[in-house]
Amino acid sequence: MLPFFVVIPLACAFLISLLGKRIKNLSDILANLGTLALLILSLYSIGLVNNHKILVYKVGGWIPPIGISMVLDGLSSFMLVIVGVVSFLVTVYSINYMERFTDKWKFYTLFMLMLAGMNGVIVSGDLFNLFVFLEIASIASYALVAFGTEAEELEASFKYAIMGSVASSFILLGIAFLYSYTSTLNMADISLVLSIKEPGLMVSFIAVLFLVGFGLKAALVPFHAWLPDAHPSAPAPISAMLSGVFIKILGVYALCRVFFNILGVSDKIFFVLTILGVISMILGAFLAIAQSDIKRMFAYSSISQIGFIIFALGIGSPLALLGGLFHLFNHAIFKSLLFLNSGAVEYSTGVRDLKRLGGLNSRLPITGFTGLLGAMSISGIPPLGGFWSKLIIIIAAVQAGYFMFASIAILISIVTLAYYLKFLGFTFFGKLDDAWLKIKEVPWAMRFSMIILAIICVITGLLLIPILRPFLQSAVEVLLSGREYSSIVFGAIR
Amino acid sequence: MQNKEPGMTLIVKTITRLTVGLILLYGIYIVLHGHLTPGGGFAGGVIIALSFVHLMLAFGKEFALKRLSQAAIAISESLGAIMFLAIALLGLVVGGYFFFNFLSKGRPFELFSAGIIPWCNIAISLKVGAGLFAIFTALILFSEARQER
Repeated sequence: MLPFFVVIPLACAFLISLLGKRIKNLSDILANLGTLALLILSLYSIGLVNNHKILVYKVGGWIPPIGISMVLDGLSSFMLVIVGVVSFLVTVYSINYMERFTDKWKFYTLFMLMLAGMNGVIVSGDLFNLFVFLEIASIASYALVAFGTEAEELEASFKYAIMGSVASSFILLGIAFLYSYTSTLNMADISLVLSIKEPGLMVSFIAVLFLVGFGLKAALVPFHAWLPDAHPSAPAPISAMLSGVFIKILGVYALCRVFFNILGVSDKIFFVLTILGVISMILGAFLAIAQSDIKRMFAYSSISQIGFIIFALGIGSPLALLGGLFHLFNHAIFKSLLFLNSGAVEYSTGVRDLKRLGGLNSRLPITGFTGLLGAMSISGIPPLGGFWSKLIIIIAAVQAGYFMFASIAILISIVTLAYYLKFLGFTFFGKLDDAWLKIKEVPWAMRFSMIILAIICVITGLLLIPILRPFLQSAVEVLLSGREYSSIVFGAIR
Repeated sequence: MQNKEPGMTLIVKTITRLTVGLILLYGIYIVLHGHLTPGGGFAGGVIIALSFVHLMLAFGKEFALKRLSQAAIAISESLGAIMFLAIALLGLVVGGYFFFNFLSKGRPFELFSAGIIPWCNIAISLKVGAGLFAIFTALILFSEARQER
């Protein structure tokens, strides 16, 4: 069933592009059915991983490393669930939201292509295929950022396309060097060959190339310049996808897979990741405070939260990895929720400047309440999900002896609370402007998505209880197994 | 020499008339021999698209779009992709593996051999050829729209 993670979105994309213009509402139905099917498949994959630990699919019946393989393990299944949940709710939300744009079917075609790319990156067991899927997702996202075709959006998209292409070139160069060094492209096989060869400068050089490439895709701080333009310019559902899952799959997931399972992590790489994480955390948060555009503030906040995740990965202890992946899950949920909230505000008022809003809670109660939950969760208020993941990361940092960084992380949580209070105060509380007296709550489909995401926000803390914990734990174990990944994959083939 | 018709001079048009069919034929040849000789769906598709680009450069936009309309381009692009996917899925249905080569392989180095690979090449050439020509048309239409402004 592994190929279906790619086949379903691809088939939907091309069917929509073929028939969407001629048959009304077909694009809505197909896209929603497609993402629903993917969500169900991804939930089913959790059970498969529980029973089999790892599944390797031989494409065309060729045995890896000769043929292409697809791999489903704990980490992939974890990521597939995140993509499945967010993309389904986003397509439901788009039914009403995208009415404001012409050519809705083009939006869905690009959206499904992006989804195919992301799912492909997750299930691919072959480094070059990972690159191909990464490009499919990236190119679809460049077009989606420019979907409004206003001057500002086109500029953001152009900037994003240039930075994204630079990132892809670095990644491609890294893959080329790795191929010339190991003579294979299968991830497990590369890992095997590298463990036999003596460590040399070549691997470090490749590591730097990948770090820059995937760092650009994940918008870590020295490489973050494109994100605050690109994410706010896209239509709200796409901002939710880009900030919620896109940077995590193409950036964090690919980084994890390459560094932990293929190249192998050393103390130096851990150190670099920690430093980059902390810098992103600080800069993202302080830049977010100064923003008056809602979506721009959220975009800077994404940089800061990705910093938390990378910082946790850099600590590298089992508890820190658990915290990092848990925070990744939480961030996907609440950042998508917040972007959908900002979309709802923009949908009813047409404005996303904080200074012109205020008191919307009386007019948009559901948007206001779900926004409150999302903002509190991201700032780490107990008992919401964000609190638990930040707590674990900070405990892990203290255990590993990073007292300085742990206190910075606590400080940044307070700063996060500050700018989310600014968002809530200026948007939903305070005095209602006369201009917004007549606005109504958004349509049901948009409300549905926001409510479900808010509920998940509240209950994610439950993932830590023993019954649900294997879901997180199996993802952590993949990272902890490190270079043994190759023997696990080859063991599953035989 | 001043010409009233759209496109380039009579010399270019005459040469184009002679060569464009050969280019198209060569593209189709590359696609159909993709499993035997260097090249394949992608390279052949590009050459097929180039023959239409050639027409458009020599005779103007209307002339080329009359032979291959934008709707036809859009349809053949999507059809190419769906055909490719369908071949891969048929492999799953017939042979149990995604992309399984379920057709008879035949004797090597004969035109009718290699199972699904020629069919995949045809699908890819549809997708690539239509896609490339669509991009070229979009650029032409865009630059014209800008000149009018």
